[in-house]
Amino acid sequence: MNHTRRNFLKFMGLAAAGLCAGSAGSVLAASGAPSVKKGPQALSAKRWGMVIDTKKVGTKETIEVLAKACHQAHNVPNIPGKQNVKWIWAAGFEEAFDQPNNYMDEGLEKREFPILCNHCTNPPCVRVCPTQATYQRPDGIVAMDYHRCIGCRYCMAGCPFGARSFNFMEPRLHLDLANLNKEFPTRMRGVVEKCNFCVERLAQGKQPACVEASSGAVVFGDLSDANSEVRKLLREHYTIRRKPSLGTEPGVYYII
Amino acid sequence: MLEKALKGSPKYYTWVGFLLLVIAGASGAYVMQLMQGLTITGMSRDVSWGFYIAQFTYLVGLAASGVMIVLPYYFHHYKKFKDLVIFGEFMAIAAVVMCLGFIVVDIGQPQRMLNVVLFPTPNSILFWDMLVLNGYLILNVLVGWTCLECDRQHLPHPKWSKTLAYVSIIWAFSIHTVTAFLYQGLPGRHYWLTAILAARFLASAFCSGPAILLLVIMLTEKVTTFKAETEAIATLAKIIVYAMCVNVFFFLLEVFTAFYSNIPGHMHSIVYLFQGVHGHHELVPFMWTAVALGLGSLALLIPPKLRDNRKLLPWSLAILVIATWIDKGLGLLIGGFNPTPFETITPYWPTGKELIVSAMIYATGALVVTILFKIATEVKKEVGASQKPAAAAE
Repeated sequence: MNHTRRNFLKFMGLAAAGLCAGSAGSVLAASGAPSVKKGPQALSAKRWGMVIDTKKVGTKETIEVLAKACHQAHNVPNIPGKQNVKWIWAAGFEEAFDQPNNYMDEGLEKREFPILCNHCTNPPCVRVCPTQATYQRPDGIVAMDYHRCIGCRYCMAGCPFGARSFNFMEPRLHLDLANLNKEFPTRMRGVVEKCNFCVERLAQGKQPACVEASSGAVVFGDLSDANSEVRKLLREHYTIRRKPSLGTEPGVYYII
Repeated sequence: MLEKALKGSPKYYTWVGFLLLVIAGASGAYVMQLMQGLTITGMSRDVSWGFYIAQFTYLVGLAASGVMIVLPYYFHHYKKFKDLVIFGEFMAIAAVVMCLGFIVVDIGQPQRMLNVVLFPTPNSILFWDMLVLNGYLILNVLVGWTCLECDRQHLPHPKWSKTLAYVSIIWAFSIHTVTAFLYQGLPGRHYWLTAILAARFLASAFCSGPAILLLVIMLTEKVTTFKAETEAIATLAKIIVYAMCVNVFFFLLEVFTAFYSNIPGHMHSIVYLFQGVHGHHELVPFMWTAVALGLGSLALLIPPKLRDNRKLLPWSLAILVIATWIDKGLGLLIGGFNPTPFETITPYWPTGKELIVSAMIYATGALVVTILFKIATEVKKEVGASQKPAAAAE
C-alpha cells in the first residue's frame, strides 16, 4: 500500500463528490407528492367549484365573517398597507367584474362581492411558475408548495384576478401567535400564498372554512357532477364569473 | 491575459477601488433586505415587480446590443468593426452579469434559486430566460476571450469560435425575445399583452444598447491609447438612429391601436402613464420627459451633420439613453401593473434602499466592464491595433 498524500486527497475528493450526489438525490426524492394527507372521510371531486350567492353575502360585514374564518384557519397575517396578505376579501362590482355600467341598479351598485382565487381550469399562475411550486391538482384545485416557491412573483404578474399575495416581510410578526391554528403551517417571508380551497379541510371531510362560515350563502361542490348542489344552483340562477373573456375558466361563480 | 487587469495607472486603481467601495457599502442594504425581506422596497401586492426587474429588462437590451457590431462584422464582413467586436462581446458579459444580479436580488428566497434547475419547467418562460441568458453569457465569454487571446498571439481565430459567433448573433435576438415573452403572454396585463412587445424590446435594445456601448467606447478612448476608426463610430451611430426611429414608430403603433379602437383596457395604461388617472399623475412628468428627449435625440441624430459632430454625439446619445430608460426601465413595469386587476391605481416608487441595492449591481457591472475593457485595450496596445497616432509612434 502506498499511503501517499496524493491517494488520500483522491479518496477525500471522491468521498465529497459521493456525499454531494447522495444529498442531491435525497433532495430530489423528497419532493413530489403534495403534503396533504387524506383521511378516511376525505371529500373528493373531479372538479371542485364554488357558487357564491351575492344576494346573501353582499356587504362588507358579511364578507368580513368569511375572511375572518379563512384567515384564522390558514394563519394569514394581518399586515396593514400595500404589502398586505389576503386570501378572501370584499370588492365592489367594478373592481370585481370587467363590465362597467354607468346606470346600475342601486342594489348592485352598493353590493360587495367576495373575491378569492378562482382555481381556474387554465391557470396562468401554474403556466408561468418556474419551479412548479404552484400546481394544479387532478380535482381542479390550484395549490402551492410554500417550500419550493422561490418568491419570483411571476405568478402574481400572471394572475389576472389579483388573487395572490407575497410575504414581503416576516408574516409571523403579524400573527396572534397565541391564537394560531396548529393544524395549518405558517409561512416564511419571501414566498407567495393564496386561497387553497381548503385542501387540508377537504382531506378531513370538512367543507372549506368560508363555506362553513357563510350559513349557506357559499356552496362548494363538484362541478362535473350534474346532481351536485353547485350544479343545481347554477341551473336555477343567473351566474357570472370574473373576466371570462381571458379564457382561464374560473371555478368560482357569482349569483347576481 | 487576466494579469493585464492587475497593472494599471493610479487613476485606474482609484476607479476600481471606488467601485469596490460602492459594492461593499451598498451590499449593506442588500444584507438588510436579506434579513427583513423585500418589504424594504417600494413594491406591493399590486405592483409586485419594480425597479429591479425593470433594470433587468433594460439591461437585457444592453446585452443584446453587442450584436449590432458583431452582426455587420460576421454576416456582412464589415471590417471597420473589427476592433470594436471585442468591446461588444465584453459589454454583453457585463450586462448579463447585471441581469442575473437583478434577478437574484429580486427573488424572495434566493437560497432556493436552484429550484429552477432542479425542477425544470419548460412551460415557464422564466425557465427559458434562465437558459438563454446563461447561454449567452457562456457564448460571449468563450468567443470574446478566445479571439482576444488569438489576436494577442497573432494567430488566426479558430474555426469553432467563428461558428459560436454566428450562434451568438442569433442567440442575442433570442434573449430579448424571450425576455419580452415574460411579459407579453400574461392575460389581463393589457400594456404588455401585445404581439409587438418583443419587436419593441429589440428596437429599443438596438438603439439604447449600442448608445451606451458607444458612450463607454468614447470614454475608453479618453483614458487609454485606443482609438476607434472614425467611420466605425459613424456607422454605429447610424445604426443607433435607425433603431431609434423603429423604436418610436413601434410605440406609435401601440398608441394608434389603443386609441383608434377606443378599447378601455388598451388605453388605460397609456392614459395613466401620460395623463394620469384617478388623481394619480406620478409618472406623467417622466413620460413626457422621455417623449421630449426621445424626439430630441432623433433631431440631433438624424441630420448627418449633427450626427457626425463628435462633440455633440455623446450628448445626443445620453439623452437617447435617458429616454429609452424611462420608457423601458420605469414606464413599462409600472404601466403594466397599473391599472391593477381591480381597475385601481397603486402608485409605486423605488425606495432609497432599493436604489442602493441597484447601485451595488450597477457598480458590479461597471467593475466587470472596467476589467474586461482594460484587458482588451492593453492587448490592442500590445499588437498595435487601432491606436492613437501618438501612441503608435512611441
